[in-house]
Amino acid sequence: MYTITASNEIAENIFEIWVEAPHVATHAQAGQFVIIRVDETGERIPLTISAVTGDRVRIIFMAVGKTTHALAGIQAGEDIADIAGPLGKPSEIEKYGTCVLVGGGVGIASLPFIAQSLKKADNRVIGIIGARSANFLILEDEMRSICDELCITTDDGSKGFHGFAADILKELNNTRKLDAVWIIGPTIMMKVTAEVTREKKVQTFVSLNPIMVDGTGMCGSCRCRVGNETKFACVDGPEFDAHAVDFNLLMQRQRMYTEMERISLERFHEYTCTSREEQ
Amino acid sequence: MAVRPADERVRDFSEVDTGFSREEAIAEAERCLQCKKPLCIDGCPVGIDIPAFIALIAEGDICAAAGIIQQSNMLPAICGRVCPQETQCEERCILGNKESPVRIGQLERYVADFARKEGVLPPERGKNTGKQVAVVGSGPAGITAAAELAAAGHDVTIFESLHKPGGVLTYGIPAFRLPKDIVDYEINRVLSRGVRLLCNHVVGRSITVQELLAYDAVLLGTGAGLPYFMNLPGEHLNGVYSANEFLTRINLMHADRFPLYDTPVIRGSRVVVAGAGNVAMDAARAARRLGGRVTLVYRRREKDMPARAAEIAHAREEGITFVTCANPVEISGETVVTGVSCVKMNMCEADESGRPSAVPIPDTQFVIDADIFIQAIGQGPNPLLLSLFDSISRGKAGNVIADADGKTSLPRVFAAGDVTTGSATVIEAMGAAKKAAKAICRMLQD
Ligand SMILES: Cc1cc2nc3c(=O)[nH]c(=O)nc-3n(C[C@H](O)[C@H](O)[C@H](O)COP(=O)(O)OP(=O)(O)OC[C@H]3O[C@@H](n4cnc5c(N)ncnc54)[C@H](O)[C@@H]3O)c2cc1C
Ligand SMILES: Cc1cc2nc3c(=O)[nH]c(=O)nc-3n(C[C@H](O)[C@H](O)[C@H](O)COP(=O)(O)OP(=O)(O)OC[C@H]3O[C@@H](n4cnc5c(N)ncnc54)[C@H](O)[C@@H]3O)c2cc1C
Ligand code: SF4
Ligand code: SF4
Ligand code: FES
Repeated sequence: MYTITASNEIAENIFEIWVEAPHVATHAQAGQFVIIRVDETGERIPLTISAVTGDRVRIIFMAVGKTTHALAGIQAGEDIADIAGPLGKPSEIEKYGTCVLVGGGVGIASLPFIAQSLKKADNRVIGIIGARSANFLILEDEMRSICDELCITTDDGSKGFHGFAADILKELNNTRKLDAVWIIGPTIMMKVTAEVTREKKVQTFVSLNPIMVDGTGMCGSCRCRVGNETKFACVDGPEFDAHAVDFNLLMQRQRMYTEMERISLERFHEYTCTSREEQ
Repeated sequence: MAVRPADERVRDFSEVDTGFSREEAIAEAERCLQCKKPLCIDGCPVGIDIPAFIALIAEGDICAAAGIIQQSNMLPAICGRVCPQETQCEERCILGNKESPVRIGQLERYVADFARKEGVLPPERGKNTGKQVAVVGSGPAGITAAAELAAAGHDVTIFESLHKPGGVLTYGIPAFRLPKDIVDYEINRVLSRGVRLLCNHVVGRSITVQELLAYDAVLLGTGAGLPYFMNLPGEHLNGVYSANEFLTRINLMHADRFPLYDTPVIRGSRVVVAGAGNVAMDAARAARRLGGRVTLVYRRREKDMPARAAEIAHAREEGITFVTCANPVEISGETVVTGVSCVKMNMCEADESGRPSAVPIPDTQFVIDADIFIQAIGQGPNPLLLSLFDSISRGKAGNVIADADGKTSLPRVFAAGDVTTGSATVIEAMGAAKKAAKAICRMLQD
């Protein structure tokens, strides 16, 4: 059992939890993730390590289905059954020069750890964080304190630049020499945004989020196509060369269990609603 | 001894073979000749004193029989069920020459099940030596080594990357062959000797290789968990599984009980399985229990199938169709699997493995309709940890090279089980682990 030491809703439907997990915290590096199982009947789900302090790791997630809803309902002081990690290869941190970190939605959660590591390696770091609307935007202050420059975009113009993160990246790519770019967000956003840097061949990383089970290279559920090779995202990634990834295939595989996920979530809502009424 | 009827058992994941009754066990035990030079013992990789425990069954003292088995084998209820006895102890039994060999595996299982119900206590932990040993992996190899090392008084920590111990016993072999409460019981018994088990610890990530090497000795028992894929066109379609994934979803995550358990698995109505080893049979029979019509495709002949004869027979009884001398070449479908194209194979001269090599026959392609395709064509050692050991000697298949004592090319690092041999058997992993544990004890004494 691992204790959740803090839990907050930091934006609409987006939650931050801190988990006491020394084995993960003392070894975590930027770009890595954990696999969490809430309880005995739970699924194993991967979530990125967003920050580390002492023996605790921070996870930021959006409540989308059964497991993330259940996780959102856990109060500080309560336990979860399992947290394994850190998993995956760390981000390739070196001295590049000027780096841009692009985050979309809950994908922004991955950026502070990478930004900090890049700063330590003497890079200039520009952040672009975007959300559908201002009330979904996370980690603005934290990113501002780490990055040399920070741009904010919202799809509806409720905060910052009215438009997509890709528009800002395009502008930067046209006017400055960029040495490395990270794009982390919804798959379709990563696919579109990665096109910006393709022509000038700027080294660009995306963090892939296929469906996983073990997270240790034992099942092949997470297999992705990168440059016509099959890769296991949990051990060969999750970060890959954005210009070599087959995003369409990734999106197809992410939809493998849509129907069952719906059933799971409906049952969960039904159950939590009736038990609340009983109280 | 009873095997549940096929039409009943395909509807659940309960055990197929229900084992001996007391009378059957005693009658079978009485067949044993109590040989002066018992050949059966040589066939058992952990060297159980077989005639001794069988004699005690014949006398009706089952607890004493359990004591004898326990001296050599800490996981008897498991081995009695999954050992390929027909190629090990029972193959050597002298009675096999004239009539049928004594059913040693079934007797072992009977004793272990009896002892479990009686709660026979495990042996004490040895006097503390102050030496610390790290065991990586909690499959049969890791558990056995931990038991031996703890009995010798060493301070043992097992690191396991999954949330439950047992390795393949837990995530691979389905409950209809090996009930999970039995696996839990036998493993917990070993752990109750004062072995520390840390689940969710992926060695190489949750602890570094340097931290691992700070222990007085290390035993690698990480198994052969890396699934091979056939690299066929269409392999990324939804509905294509490795047997490992399919079985893990069911055995470890209980997807057969979705939505009571959260993990989903696709319940195919027409399932094609490629391969013919134990893993393929398990995947096919599990898919059958999820309600599918299952076809198993194998490139050689039925008599070349590597699975245990009993498993092949059970699969057939359960209505699984075998298509032999055929090999999948392409998986069709837009986003989900709709069919598996296969080509017929011709059996030619024996290749270096001693089996006839299968060669595709031109223009013989045919399609089997399918919504699930499961590949069970073999596994290799998981490279996650091994790739972090710069200098450990490894064989062509990526397996760790170890001598008869489990010694690897690195000082104080030993290895046992599938990580050294590639996919083999539970009892071979246990036998190798015992030898390695003994060698570790000798090293730590000096
Ligand atoms: C390496 C990695 C890092 C991730 N980091 C984060 C993060 O920091 N924050 C965050 O909010 N989300 C993250 N995700 C996505 C997160 O894992 C899914 O949102 C979560 O699994 C959904 O589970 P659910 O039961 O709530 O929803 P479900 O209803 O089960 O699924 C919703 C969608 O999530 C995806 N999903 C479902 N099960 C899994 C699974 N076992 N593994 C992976 N994806 C699955 C599917 O595409 C599915 O359509 C990450 C995914 C990966 C692979
Ligand atoms: C489906 C199936 C059916 C089988 N049927 C039979 C049968 O009927 N009879 C028989 O005798 N044999 C059978 N086998 C083979 C048998 O199960 C194996 O030979 C045996 O389990 C090998 O034991 P092991 O301890 O070496 O490895 P495993 O059982 O594979 O255990 C290795 C353990 O190490 C863990 N691990 C790996 N890497 C790390 C790491 N870096 N850090 C921490 N932990 C790690 C894994 O999670 C796993 O728990 C079958 C195998 C399969 C897959
Ligand atoms: S452990 Fe296996 S090989 Fe040894 S006696 Fe038992 S069934 Fe036979
Ligand atoms: S070889 Fe057969 S008959 Fe002889 S002791 Fe062993 S089990 Fe009994
Ligand atoms: S999640 Fe199983 S291999 Fe990656």
